[in-house]
Amino acid sequence: MNKNTPFIAVCVALLVGLVLPLATGASAPGFYVEVLLGGLMAGVLYSLVALGFALIFKASGVFNFAQGAMVLFAALAVARLAERMPLWAAILVGIVIMTLLAWFIERLVLRPLVNQDPIALFMATLGVTFFLDGFGQTVWGSDIYKIELGMTKEPVLVLQNLFQGGILVNGEDFVAAIVAAALVGGLALFFQYTPTGRALRAVADDHQAAQSIGIPLNRMWVIVWAVAGVVALVAGVIWGSKLGVQFSLSQVALKALPVVILGGFTSVTGAIVGGLIIGVGEKMAEVFLGPVLVKAFDLAGGGIENWFAYVLALVFLLVRPQGLFGEKHIDRV
Amino acid sequence: MSAMENDRAGRIGGQILAVEGVSLAFGGVKALSDVSFDVREHEVRAIIGPNGAGKSSMLNVINGVYHPQKGTIRYQGREYHHMDPHEVAVSGIARTFQSLALFKGMSVLDNIMTGRNLRMRSNILLQALRIGPALREENEHREVVERIIDFLEIQAYRKTPVGRLPYGLQKRVDLARALAMEPKILLLDEPMAGMNIEEKQDMCRFILDVNDEFGTTIVLIEHDMSVVMDISDRVVVLDYGRKIGDGTPDEVRGNQAVIDAYLGVSH
Repeated sequence: MNKNTPFIAVCVALLVGLVLPLATGASAPGFYVEVLLGGLMAGVLYSLVALGFALIFKASGVFNFAQGAMVLFAALAVARLAERMPLWAAILVGIVIMTLLAWFIERLVLRPLVNQDPIALFMATLGVTFFLDGFGQTVWGSDIYKIELGMTKEPVLVLQNLFQGGILVNGEDFVAAIVAAALVGGLALFFQYTPTGRALRAVADDHQAAQSIGIPLNRMWVIVWAVAGVVALVAGVIWGSKLGVQFSLSQVALKALPVVILGGFTSVTGAIVGGLIIGVGEKMAEVFLGPVLVKAFDLAGGGIENWFAYVLALVFLLVRPQGLFGEKHIDRV
Repeated sequence: MSAMENDRAGRIGGQILAVEGVSLAFGGVKALSDVSFDVREHEVRAIIGPNGAGKSSMLNVINGVYHPQKGTIRYQGREYHHMDPHEVAVSGIARTFQSLALFKGMSVLDNIMTGRNLRMRSNILLQALRIGPALREENEHREVVERIIDFLEIQAYRKTPVGRLPYGLQKRVDLARALAMEPKILLLDEPMAGMNIEEKQDMCRFILDVNDEFGTTIVLIEHDMSVVMDISDRVVVLDYGRKIGDGTPDEVRGNQAVIDAYLGVSH
C-alpha cells in the first residue's frame, strides 16, 4: 500500500461528498449552487485570516495565536472611528493603527525573544491575544458595534434563466468576496514581483543567509506583521459588517487554525485553498449532511458548521501532517 | 607567468582588515585563542587548518555572527569589538556558506537579486505599483545581476529553483549572490568542499577571475591545502584555535609546525 493512500482516500471522500447531493438529486441545482457560493464566500474570509497566519509563520517562524484578536481589534477600531469620520478615512486610520501595532509587537515582544524556543514565542502571542482583547475594550468599548459598508443586505435573485427559480445571492457578500480575492491576489503579486517581496521570501527561506546579504530581519518582521494586520483589518471589516463587531469575531477567526493545518503552515497557496475547502465543506455538511443524520440516526442534526472544520483538520493531521501544500519536514537523526 | 604574478603583486594595496588578538570561547571550549592577522586590499588570503582548527569560527567573527570575548577587528581604519551581520553586509563584506544557505525555493535569478537588496532605494509603495523610479531601479539591478550570471556561466539556469541544481552549481549561485552585493571583501567558507576535481578547478578559476576583474579582496577558508596554495597570495594556518603559521604559500609549506599539524607528530 502506498503511504499516500489514506490521503488520497480522504480527498476522494471529500470530492464524493461534494457532488453526492447533486448526483443523487437530493438537491435542486439552483439551491446547490447557492450553497456552494455561500460556502465559497465564507471560505474567502477564512482564507484571508489564514493568510495572515501563514505569512507570519513563514517569515518569522512564529505561530501567531493573536491573529484572531487582531481581526477583532482592527474591526473595533474601524467601527468606532467610522462614527466620527467617513468609512474610507476610518479604514485608512485603521491601517495606520495596525502598522503601528506591528511595529510595537516587533519591538516589545519579538525582538527581546529572538532565538528563544518556538513555544516561548507562541506563549508571547497568547499574551498579545489577551492584551489586544482587553485593550481593544479599554480603548473602543465593549458593546456590539456596527460597520455600515453602505451596501444592500437584501439578497438578489440572479441567473433566473439558467436555474429554475434562480439563485439568491447576497450582494454585500459578493462584493466582500471580490475584495478579499483581490487582496489575496495583490499580495501574491507583491510577494512574487517586488524587491521587498523577494526579500520576504528570502527571509522565510533562510534567516541566516538573508542576514548575511544585508536583509534587515527586524524590518522584514515589521512588514509581515503589518501586512497580517491589514489583512486582519479587511477580514474584520467584512465580518463585522455581517455579524456586528463583537467579541465573538475573534472566535470566528480561530477557524483559520484548521485552515492552515489543512493547507500547510508555510504555504500562502495552502491558506487560500484551505480556506475555500473549509468554507464550502462546512456549508455543504451543514445543509446536506445534517438532514441525512436526522433521518438515519434520529439525531438533532444541527451545529455541523461548528465542528466540521476541526474534525477535517484532525483527519489531515493523521493522513498528511504537512497539509496540502506545506513542506514535508524531515529531521536528520 | 612570472610577469602575471608580478602584476598581481603590484595590485595588492594596504591593509583593509585586521584581526587583533581575538579570543572566542563557547563555555569551556576555546575556539580561538589570541589570533591576529591582517588582510591587504586586492589579495587572496587563505585561512587553512585541519578540521576543528577554528577556521569557520574565525570567519563568523569577521562576519559578526559570533562576538569574540577578547580582541578587536579593524576594518577600513575603524576599530570594532564585534561586528553585526547586517552592519557587516552594509559596509561591504559579503560571504558564502560552507553548508549552502541559498533560498532553495526561489529561482537562481531571484536568489542573486536578493544580493542587490541593500542597494535598492525605492520604497515599498513605489515597488508595489511598479512605477517610475522603482521600475527603472529594478532594471538597473537586473543588468548588474545579468553580468554576474554571464561571468559565472550560469545563464542556462536563471529560472530554475535553486534546490533542483546539482551541488557544484549551487555553490556557484551562492558565489553569485555574494558578488551581487559588489563587496569590497568576499569571505568564502570552504568554496571547494565536496566538489570533484573539475568543479574545484572551475571554482579556482572563478575566484581568481573575481579577484582580477572586480578587484575584490578575498578571504577564503579551506582544509584542502593543495588547492589553496595555488591561488592564495598569503596563508594563515590555524590549529586548535591558535595561529601556527602565516606567510606566502612557500613559507607556510616549509613551516615545521604546519607540517606537524597536518601530518601529525609523534611525541
